[in-house]
Amino acid sequence: MSNANVQAVARYQNDFLREVEERVEEGHMVKMCMQCGVCAGSCPFGPDWEHSPQKIFMMIRAGKRDEVLGSDSMFMCTSCYSCIVRCPRELPITHIMHGLANYAHRLGLAPKGQPTREFATLFWNNLVKKGRVNELTLTLGHYFTNGLVSGIKTALGMQRIGLGLFLAKRLNPMEIFGGHGVKDLKGFHAIVAKAKEIEDRKKGFTA
Amino acid sequence: MTASIATSQAILVVGGGISGMTAALEAAECGKQVILAEKTPTLGGRTALLYRYFPKMCHPTCGLEINLRRLKGNRNVRVMTMTEVLAVTGRRGDYTVTLKVSPRYVTESCTGCGDCANAVSAEIDNPYEYGLAKTRAAYLPHAMAYPQRYVIDPSIVGTPEGEKAKAACKFGAVDLEMKEETVEIKVGAVIWATGWKPYDAAKIQPYGYDRFANVITSVEFERLADPHGPTGGKILRPSDGKEAKDIAFIQCAGSRDENHLRHCSRICCMASLKQTQYVREAWGDAGKSTVYYIDIRAIDRFEDFYQMVQKDATVSFVKSKVAKIVEDKESNPVLHGVDTEGYHRYATTHDLAVLAIGMEPEANGIKLPDDMLLDSSGFIEGCKGTAEDQGMFGAGAASSPLDVNRSVQSATAAALRAIKVIHKTARTEQV
Ligand SMILES: Cc1cc2nc3c(=O)[nH]c(=O)nc-3n(C[C@H](O)[C@H](O)[C@H](O)COP(=O)(O)OP(=O)(O)OC[C@H]3O[C@@H](n4cnc5c(N)ncnc54)[C@H](O)[C@@H]3O)c2cc1C
Ligand code: SF4
Ligand code: SF4
Ligand code: SF4
Ligand code: SF4
Repeated sequence: MSNANVQAVARYQNDFLREVEERVEEGHMVKMCMQCGVCAGSCPFGPDWEHSPQKIFMMIRAGKRDEVLGSDSMFMCTSCYSCIVRCPRELPITHIMHGLANYAHRLGLAPKGQPTREFATLFWNNLVKKGRVNELTLTLGHYFTNGLVSGIKTALGMQRIGLGLFLAKRLNPMEIFGGHGVKDLKGFHAIVAKAKEIEDRKKGFTA
Repeated sequence: MTASIATSQAILVVGGGISGMTAALEAAECGKQVILAEKTPTLGGRTALLYRYFPKMCHPTCGLEINLRRLKGNRNVRVMTMTEVLAVTGRRGDYTVTLKVSPRYVTESCTGCGDCANAVSAEIDNPYEYGLAKTRAAYLPHAMAYPQRYVIDPSIVGTPEGEKAKAACKFGAVDLEMKEETVEIKVGAVIWATGWKPYDAAKIQPYGYDRFANVITSVEFERLADPHGPTGGKILRPSDGKEAKDIAFIQCAGSRDENHLRHCSRICCMASLKQTQYVREAWGDAGKSTVYYIDIRAIDRFEDFYQMVQKDATVSFVKSKVAKIVEDKESNPVLHGVDTEGYHRYATTHDLAVLAIGMEPEANGIKLPDDMLLDSSGFIEGCKGTAEDQGMFGAGAASSPLDVNRSVQSATAAALRAIKVIHKTARTEQV
């Protein structure tokens, strides 16, 4: 168990709803759900994942912490907003789904090898390095998530697209050597660190 | 000597539905002078358009008839139809009300013979059938209309059709020269019994009311079940006239929804439970009703009615708010959603889908006097200010989504409050 998770369990005992309310983005709205089922019935992914938003919200209230934070459903949300626009109680469902995914990731409980999670991690790490996303290293990194052989295969398969982008001046091969960043890189890193500090304080994380 | 605060001891009741009629009669039978102003050509309001009443399943005719008899026997009520309130000024005990009276083009000499209707061929949408049928442009609103006087629709006035109606009347009752009038009256208290209207179903986009012929509202379903209605009481689908035997009832259509009406309309669960019994009455064991609901709100003693319906083998319940409706090739509505008891995903085909449509205050959209106090849905709570300022009251469905029984109670309470205002002003005047 990660340190953050041990602390969270100790802090909230069995009150998972309160944990979500305090630590998950828009988590205080979960209790407004009246279990009508409109979000589940409106989600284009509905048939393909295990836990619809409706189900997740009920599981939170039922205290099913491990099942919720270990679910991969939140990572499948495409932010299409069908649920939000139709929810009769105006729950910010999409935001809660992403908030839960983020929280599960932070506690180290999110399912391993979940592709959306892995790509998001890659994207974030790539972004914070220079303050800009380096599309070349990000794409290559993404290709190689599943190992060297599979990575080479995917990269070769994508050759023509890469060439097209290069000819259209949308891809600079020199970016592989680190690439360019934002002007004030130190300032940028300070902003990210400060944001994390504020969030930790608000949500009661002890580092 | 106190200065007189009243110039009039009359009570104005706005709206002639069951609530307005009740309030007017209760006050009049206590000896008060009452003016009952109704916007349409007839009293009766929306209850006259129901097939049967829950919980006793009686016909609305009887309740209305009793009230009409009371009304005819009372000289204290002055009924003004086709009359709307334009403005109210003044204060408790001393209001000045401006009324607009629209022309009916038929005088009090009308005997209700119907010759004018037979003479004209022009048709209009029948305002009492929720768009399901047409009527001649010279018409009697409905069988229970009060007064029993015909109406000439303004669209044929000044046309040869209008002249045909006039020529057909043996009693000289058609007067095409009638003009709109504005009348000013003084009253001590005002009771707003302006009632409700169905929420605009087309706004509930995922249900496709405006796109699919076989998605209708509960008020339309009342008309389909009524022998006086457009299908002679047969439950037929609008798209192809096929018998509709497998019917879905969709609860909270527009109610309990922050995107539409935020309140629970309170009567629509009972209305759908009642309507499942129309299906049973029409088709016996061959009928099939499915009620899709969030929770069934059959308040206090109505629980018995709910239990009775639950025992009916032709009725089933699905705990789920329907997410969306699509139409198949045969124009059948197909309902999509997920149920809450087991989280099963369904796509179920029915012959007809009935939206248990929410009740919205009829007064939404009209201008009420500035000092009225409305709740967040627009229902009338009373006047602003202290109890001493209260001279205007809401009654019946104008004050809250109420069934007939509770509307009548609320109207009686409003009449009592209005009578108190009049007593107080009368006492002050005598001093
Ligand atoms: C589908 C459905 C089924 C129902 N079935 C039942 C049932 O079985 N049993 C039951 O108890 N209840 C039932 N109800 C509820 C019932 O319809 C209401 O309780 C009842 O209509 C309330 O009466 P009211 O007089 O307050 O309002 P209304 O019937 O709406 O009457 C208001 C009157 O005021 C007039 N008016 C409006 N605005 C103005 C204005 N500005 N100036 C002058 N006049 C105006 C209107 O023309 C109308 O005549 C049902 C409702 C629905 C939606
Ligand atoms: S649509 Fe809203 S209220 Fe209904 S189940 Fe989903 S989150 Fe809950
Ligand atoms: S925003 Fe996410 S949860 Fe909501 S309907 Fe779209 S995919 Fe489903
Ligand atoms: S207006 Fe004349 S013709 Fe028409 S119903 Fe009345 S009396 Fe008969
Ligand atoms: S009475 Fe029933 S159908 Fe109507 S709004 Fe309330 S819960 Fe929904």
